Amino acid sequence: MGVLEPLVLRLVDRARRKSAWLFHFNAGACNGCDIELVACLTPRYDVEQLGIRLEGSPRHADILCVTGPVTRTTREALATIHAQIPDPKVVVAIGSCPASGNVFAGSPMIDGPLDRIVPVDLYIPGCPPRPGAVVQGIAEAIELLVARKEAV
Amino acid sequence: MTPTRLLLALLVFPGVLYAVPMGWLMQASERKVVARLQGRIGPPLTQGFYDFVKLLAKAPVPRAEPFLLTLLPLLAVGATLGALALLPVWTGGFTGDLILFVGLLELAPLCAVLAGFASRSVYGEVGAVREAVLGISVNVPFLAALLALATASGSLQLAQVAGGAPWLVRGPALAALLCCLPVKLRLNPFSVANAEQEILAGPLTEFDGPRLALWELAHGLEWVVLAGLVASLAVPGRGVAFVLVSLAVVPLLGTLAAATARLKINQAARFLWTWAALAAAASVFAALAIRHGRL
Ligand code: SF4
Repeated sequence: MGVLEPLVLRLVDRARRKSAWLFHFNAGACNGCDIELVACLTPRYDVEQLGIRLEGSPRHADILCVTGPVTRTTREALATIHAQIPDPKVVVAIGSCPASGNVFAGSPMIDGPLDRIVPVDLYIPGCPPRPGAVVQGIAEAIELLVARKEAV
Repeated sequence: MTPTRLLLALLVFPGVLYAVPMGWLMQASERKVVARLQGRIGPPLTQGFYDFVKLLAKAPVPRAEPFLLTLLPLLAVGATLGALALLPVWTGGFTGDLILFVGLLELAPLCAVLAGFASRSVYGEVGAVREAVLGISVNVPFLAALLALATASGSLQLAQVAGGAPWLVRGPALAALLCCLPVKLRLNPFSVANAEQEILAGPLTEFDGPRLALWELAHGLEWVVLAGLVASLAVPGRGVAFVLVSLAVVPLLGTLAAATARLKINQAARFLWTWAALAAAASVFAALAIRHGRL
């Protein structure tokens, strides 16, 4: 490509920054964190203006958002879904549950925390975190995504 | 029509050079209209372009049978581009043939149905079945309206079809085509086939990276060609008015999408078989009456 190469790389970085698609995976969350994630799409926070979209299929996604402590029944599905997301990808743990197990820690039904199953790039603490914190976390996740230079 | 003009139509206007950015613009502005009506700001108008570049730069997960899954979106893009090139945008332009136009236009939805089955995902299959059922329901009024126009103008050449039919036929035919537009573009309340979240992403569930980018491109081109069809029937043979009327279709569809929720598939089919079919039937009767000199 020669001269064009740096230009193309810059364009790709810009596109990745402006078009992050999320896949939301509920790994046994109490639904608290899920509601806060969905709240980010509402008129008050409106993440779509940053090009962010909640996708239905993991194959379309750039960022995997996991809520919940990873129960035994969701473990396998989580690993499969993580493997189906094309590179570059970032994993974000939303809430205290995926980080530590939270109130479910020590339960025999729990296989978490999340980083035992898939590599986690970013934690958003809180039980549940406020939508503002979720938006900030996703913004930081997008920077991590852009920094991944693989697969241009 | 010389080969040079045909090439120009395919590559410049209303082909690649016009249609690709226009498709991105139309998709983004539809999302923008929906967002504004919901009290949000919505994505920038350049969103389609960035989505496309980002998808192209992703590394697809290796999987079995990549050939068919790449061929189908490519075919969809190519066929839709071909349909676009046939649109009568200038007077004395390419006098495309109606049958060829419909054939090329219908190839992209057909590819989507095949893609749903070929991807061997449950969600893909459910989406493909829905796409096929809606495709049959929508094409009855769609084709009937086009046939009425052809009958009234006594020609199968697109340029004559667009200009030759009197408004008595063109009015109801346009109404029927407009009813079909949200179905063909899979917008609310007819977003039954792609049904995001409900059946993940319908036929496109298993597509990733560059292949998904091709589908998005095909979808953008479908926007341009369908809006363009309405425009070229409403204002035949005028280049600038063609673009303006095409763009005017977008807020119309966006408002409808924002104001409605997704129908069930039987409700969607019933709507098409009553209201769209009624408008199409009106245009057919008007066309036959004119043809036989009763009007
Ligand atoms: S972190 Fe709190 S709110 Fe979120 S899923 Fe766990 S218990 Fe529920």
